[in-house]
Amino acid sequence: MKYKGKAHVVGANIDTDAIIPARFLVTTDEAELGANCMEGQEEGWVKRVSPGDIMVAGPNFGCGSSREHAPIAIKGAGMPVVVAHSFARIFYRNGFNMGLILLEVGDDFAKFSDGDQIEADPEAGVVRNLTTGVEVTCQPVPPFMNEILNAGGLVGYVKNRLAQSA
Amino acid sequence: MPRTVAQKILQQHSDDTVGEAGQIVRCRVSMVLANDITAPLAIKSFRAMGAADVFDKDKVALVCDHFTPNKDIDSAEQVKVVREFAKEKGITHYYEGGNVGVEHALLPELGLVGPGDIVVGADSHTCTYGGLGAFATGMGSTDIAGAMALGETWFKVPPTIRVEITGTPEKHVGAKDYILNLIGKIGVAGALYKALEFGGGVVDGLSIEGRMTMANMAIEAGGKVGLFASDAKTLKYTKAAGRKGDETLSADSGAIYERVVDIDVTGMEPQIACPHLPDNVKPVSEVKDVEIHQAVIGSCTNGRIEDMREAAAILKGRKVSSSVRCIVLPATPKIWRQCMDEGLFAIFMDAGAVIGPPTCGPCLGGHMGILAGGERCIATTNRNFKGRMGSLQAEVFLANPAVAAASAVTGIITHPKDI
Repeated sequence: MKYKGKAHVVGANIDTDAIIPARFLVTTDEAELGANCMEGQEEGWVKRVSPGDIMVAGPNFGCGSSREHAPIAIKGAGMPVVVAHSFARIFYRNGFNMGLILLEVGDDFAKFSDGDQIEADPEAGVVRNLTTGVEVTCQPVPPFMNEILNAGGLVGYVKNRLAQSA
Repeated sequence: MPRTVAQKILQQHSDDTVGEAGQIVRCRVSMVLANDITAPLAIKSFRAMGAADVFDKDKVALVCDHFTPNKDIDSAEQVKVVREFAKEKGITHYYEGGNVGVEHALLPELGLVGPGDIVVGADSHTCTYGGLGAFATGMGSTDIAGAMALGETWFKVPPTIRVEITGTPEKHVGAKDYILNLIGKIGVAGALYKALEFGGGVVDGLSIEGRMTMANMAIEAGGKVGLFASDAKTLKYTKAAGRKGDETLSADSGAIYERVVDIDVTGMEPQIACPHLPDNVKPVSEVKDVEIHQAVIGSCTNGRIEDMREAAAILKGRKVSSSVRCIVLPATPKIWRQCMDEGLFAIFMDAGAVIGPPTCGPCLGGHMGILAGGERCIATTNRNFKGRMGSLQAEVFLANPAVAAASAVTGIITHPKDI
């Protein structure tokens, strides 16, 4: 499946407090968390997002807390994909577990500007900038993580494992 | 193959042959942890997985320490979910009331984590237990739900950065300064996806509490774990906490490291992480005339008894500046009682500090010390992200307990030797 949307570019070391500040962590509801996405970066940031848009970030995106509320908030805000130079480790696992697609492109993240139209093709491992015509490749997903994705995420994976051992 | 501490521990918990960095291995876990923010999501995922019971009711710890005593109805509802789950599954280690402490100070104290363990927690500072020689790391709630159900999880074997800390420590300079110095050197992504393994004469001489302070902040350099070898000192600590059968473990000579970082602490000043990232580190003498409005002494980084003693030694016979709120939060009930028994509370109260219950509270901008726009705080906590402790226009400076106490007295960021 391909994902097409407008790029929202954020900087380096965007932390989980920026993505969803602690005061909003009194719920697990996706829509509610999504309505406050990036509130720790800039008040009202989420208002610029239309469903299907794509977040583009610098190095170490999602550093800080282990709060799974962060990828949930991004999904809840309507962004199915984040393209970044690199992701913080816990966020990377959480993204996959929550079904948020994370594409690591290294220095090529700089080839996308705010407002560009982007097309992400995770299966082909390609992200295209439709505005400029530039195409970049992303790191392939490790085989074991594919196993999790093929089970529909970690919930499905564990469900299958529990069923096998029953 | 000679192995690092990380590779050795992973091997002890896996049926796979643990090889080089990058390999994905499945490991049995020794303890699984979640708190009042992350457990509700973990419980949601656990139920969605169709799991009936936790893999071992003695190896799951649920610690409601972030928004407790509950700050509002929503946070009370979250804790209720956790409490009812703990009861339903017969979970032994549930903490909420008079028994609750800041999770990463509480678990070691209760002997629930120790050397050679693999601990996964739905809290990024789970890496604290690396101070005890445990492979301990933070994960998200759904990963934790999987570990609660299966008793195992997967890891990518991390490459290891060896950090050699040598030299002669200066007065008022300690574990917090060493780790801030390292983060300043390698940056907040300097150990991304990697293990940090600490060694050297200074590390050998550090208390277990000091080692936990350092391991606690491995995540602030992006690290998966911050590991110390377990030695006689570790075993003494865990034995006192009621554990039996712990063993020493260190890296093999010839183990392969991605790189070695040397830190000579001789002549090192207290270190300050300036806003808004933990790697914006400067020696205190370069942070001049910065007025503060709040000082927070506590958290999983520096809320243990040694930290309380260090702060009390500075505050004794002195007064907190009238323009500063100084908030002291001993991290666990045991530390609270020790403070009381040792007369530290009298010192804090005479100085004009506020003494709070064990809670994560202000560290993450939860409650009990939120900053208004334009306010500055010096804190012994671990993060100074923009907006972390309240307003997006507030600023947080990270420091050791002596510096935080000295700054509370003068109202500006201060080297303890200057008061």
